[in-house]
Order: sequence, then C-alpha cells, then structure tokens
Amino acid sequence: MRLSNKTLAALSLILLVAIWHGLAVFINDNTLPTPLVVLHVFWQEIESGELPHHLGITLLRLIASFSIAMFLGCAIGILLGRNKKLDAFFDNWLIIFLNIPALVTIILCYVWFGLVESAAILAVVINKLPNVIVTIREGTKALDKDLLEMACCYNFSKKKTFSHVIWPQLHPFVMAATRSGLALIWKIILVVELLGRSDGMGYQLHLFFQLFDVASILAYTIAFIAVIQAIELFVLKPLDNKALRWRR
Amino acid sequence: MTDINIDIKNKTYHTADDKNHTAISDLKLSLPSNEFICLVGPSGCGKTTLLNIIANLDTQYQGEILLGQQHTPPKIGYIFQNPRLLPWRTVRENIELVLSDQQSPEIVDSLLEVMQLTDIQNAYPEHLSLGMSRRIAIIRAFAVNPDILLMDEPFVSLDAPTARQVRSLLIELWQQRPHTILFVTHDLREAIALADRLIFLSAAPMTVISEIPVSIPRAERDNEAEIENFRQQLLTEHPKIKKLL
Repeated sequence: MRLSNKTLAALSLILLVAIWHGLAVFINDNTLPTPLVVLHVFWQEIESGELPHHLGITLLRLIASFSIAMFLGCAIGILLGRNKKLDAFFDNWLIIFLNIPALVTIILCYVWFGLVESAAILAVVINKLPNVIVTIREGTKALDKDLLEMACCYNFSKKKTFSHVIWPQLHPFVMAATRSGLALIWKIILVVELLGRSDGMGYQLHLFFQLFDVASILAYTIAFIAVIQAIELFVLKPLDNKALRWRR
Repeated sequence: MTDINIDIKNKTYHTADDKNHTAISDLKLSLPSNEFICLVGPSGCGKTTLLNIIANLDTQYQGEILLGQQHTPPKIGYIFQNPRLLPWRTVRENIELVLSDQQSPEIVDSLLEVMQLTDIQNAYPEHLSLGMSRRIAIIRAFAVNPDILLMDEPFVSLDAPTARQVRSLLIELWQQRPHTILFVTHDLREAIALADRLIFLSAAPMTVISEIPVSIPRAERDNEAEIENFRQQLLTEHPKIKKLL
C-alpha cells in the first residue's frame, strides 16, 4: 500500500495522541489528563472568553516586539554588512548581547524600568535583536557583487538597487530570522509575562502551575501550537511562495 | 553619436604581497562613433579591467575618458561574461528596469523581436538556456541606447552553433541600431568575424601593439574559409601578434 505524505503526517499525529491517551490511562493521575479531558477544558476556556483574552494580549505583545526587533535588526544588519569598519567596531557588542541569558535582560528591564508594558516589550526586543542583526548581516555580506556592479553600471537609483537587487537576495535571510524569531519570542514572552505582568499566557500558565492544573496548562499549549501553525500556514508560506516563484 | 577618446595612465594594483603591480601604464584608444572594435589580447592582460574603468566600476587609475570633447561620463551598456540578469525578475522586467523615465517601453518589444525572444518575455531567467540569457543581456545593453557598448567575452562557454547564432543576431541588431562597440575576446576568429577594426593588446602592463582594420565585407563574414584566410595572412604579416596569442 502506498501512502501519501499527507496521510503519513496525519497518521503520525494520531499515533502521538494515542500514545498520550495510553500513558494517561496507564498512569491514571491528575498530573497527566487524557486528551479528551484537555479538549473539554480547552473548549470551556474558549467559551468563558478567558483563553482568547490572554492569548490576544500575548499575541499583541508578540506583534509589537517582533516588528520592532525585525525592523531595527534589518536596518542595523544591512548597515553592518555593508560597512566593514562599523562591523569590526560593533562585533563584540553583538557577541555580548547574544550571550546574555534571556532571564537576565528580563529581570534588569523590570528592575530599571518597573513592571510596565514597555519594559516587557523592551526585554523581548533586546533578546531578539542580536539574532536578527547577525542573520541579516551575514545575508548582506553574501550579496552578489556582480549584480550590484550591474546595477551601478546601468545607473540604478539607490531605491531601485535596494528593492530590485538587494532585498530579493536578503529575502531568505529575513524569512530565516522571522521563523527563528517567532519561535524565540514566543518562549521569551511567556517568561516576561510570568515574571512581571498580570495578564497574558505566561501569567495564566503561572497561575495553573500554582494550582497544579495540568489540564489547563495543556489546553493553553494546544492553543499556542495552533496559533503558530496558523501563522506558518497563512502568513509565512504564502510570503515564501510569492517571493520564490522565480526558482526552478 | 560622438567619438570617444580614452586615455589611461598608471593603473596599478596593490597585490597581496604588498607590491605595486602596474596593469596599464599608458593606454590611448580612439573609438570612432558606431564602429565595432574588437580588443584582442592574451588572457590576464587586463582587458576586463579596461572595460571596468570605462564603465566607472573601477576608479583607481589616472587619466581620462573623453566623450567627444566633453568630460561627461559616457552612457554605458555593459554585456558581462556572465549575463548578470536578476533571477527574480522576468525577462521583460530585467530589460525594462534599465530604461530611463523618458524612454518608452515599446523599445523592449522591438528589441525582443529582433532577438527572437518575444515568446519568452514573461519567463524567469533560471528557466532559460545560457544562449537565451546572453541574448537578453544584449537586449538590455542596447535598450539604454548607450554611447558605448562594452562586451566582455560574451560568447564564452557557448557551443559553436549557439555562439554563431547569437553572433549573427548581435550583428543584425547592431546594423539596425548602430552603436560604438568595444568587444573583448581572446579568440581571433571571433574577432575577425565581428569587428570593423582589431586592436591588439600586449600582456600587462597593457599597451596597444597594433590596430588592423578587417577588410572582409560584412556579407562574407559567415564564410569560415574567408575568416581563416584573413587570420593566416594576419599572423604571417604580423609576427608580433603571432607571438602574443
């Protein structure tokens, strides 16, 4: 029997849920509820409006910090990639910021700026920014010099050179920074909320942890995964397909 | 179109072992308007460097490039060894991108027609053969209506029949829209088949060894025996050139 890749993917998911169910039945304890119980809690949380509210707030924080980090990161990354002296000067800063643990920046931001929204966003941005800068800087260094020469020789304006020659070459790097960025920011944002906010997914998970409410924790995790899959499917994939239609 | 005079002195490189290496010591070229000139020289003699200087891609030299009597930089069309098309733009977009705001896109249609590429104008370069990409690069260079058209061994790595086809399309286009062409090659047969005048260059530091007009009428340039005769005669009469190649 020949199975398509889609059938295989669906079968593997069913197997995962089956293993979970089997384990839950075998352990028979509140610390690992069955998938059905989790689904029930998930539905209750949606009906009560609690889950959409906290998920929405976390999403807003994600969009804000992600946009700032990507915009600044792209600008600084291109600058460093194009200017060797600047790159040599700031390289150490990048290494230092890349290696500061996320938790440290979060604590410092809250200590220095108070338990406010802007401190939370700033902490996430500081964590993500060096990653974007490094990725875009490497992309800029790898720009095809032949094509830049061609643009120069045919008198392309700066704007034309950027939008037709430079940006399409940076696209794969921007997408890589976007994907790794979303994954990283999701994780950091929860810690930020857990430590210093009174709403959002991180705050809720902290609450459930104190109540040992594993079913709710798993219900929120499902919502989380669903949102990330939706972003990948409805935002990133179409962007990729549009930008890469020229490839063989 | 006006004549172009090129006068370059002292183009030196700073090599890795910290020595100054003179690529061009003193070079004067006079390019009459609408003439097809082939620069022939051994590989590594600095032919590409010379084209890059004319195209203002290399500014580390002394001397000047005069367009007629004026000091304005000449408008350049450059056909590189590698076609250098933007892979994320279609054939048509690649050509339209180099047009100035005053130029009408209709010129693209007529150029595509002469080069027999109208059917593939909406394809992406990655889907095309090297011969087709080279033809697009030629169209792009003609589209800017340049004062001087630079061609850096544009038919290298094409198989013989394709090279012959692209060469004859180039000549057809050039006869319809005459431009001053500076064509770099190390293949003497190709140079004879194309040029009005051959300029032979020495190895670095580059100088002009001799300038020889090609007397074969345009209509007979397809005749390989004719080309070969001219080549043999040239090599016997100019032992310096024989030594060079």
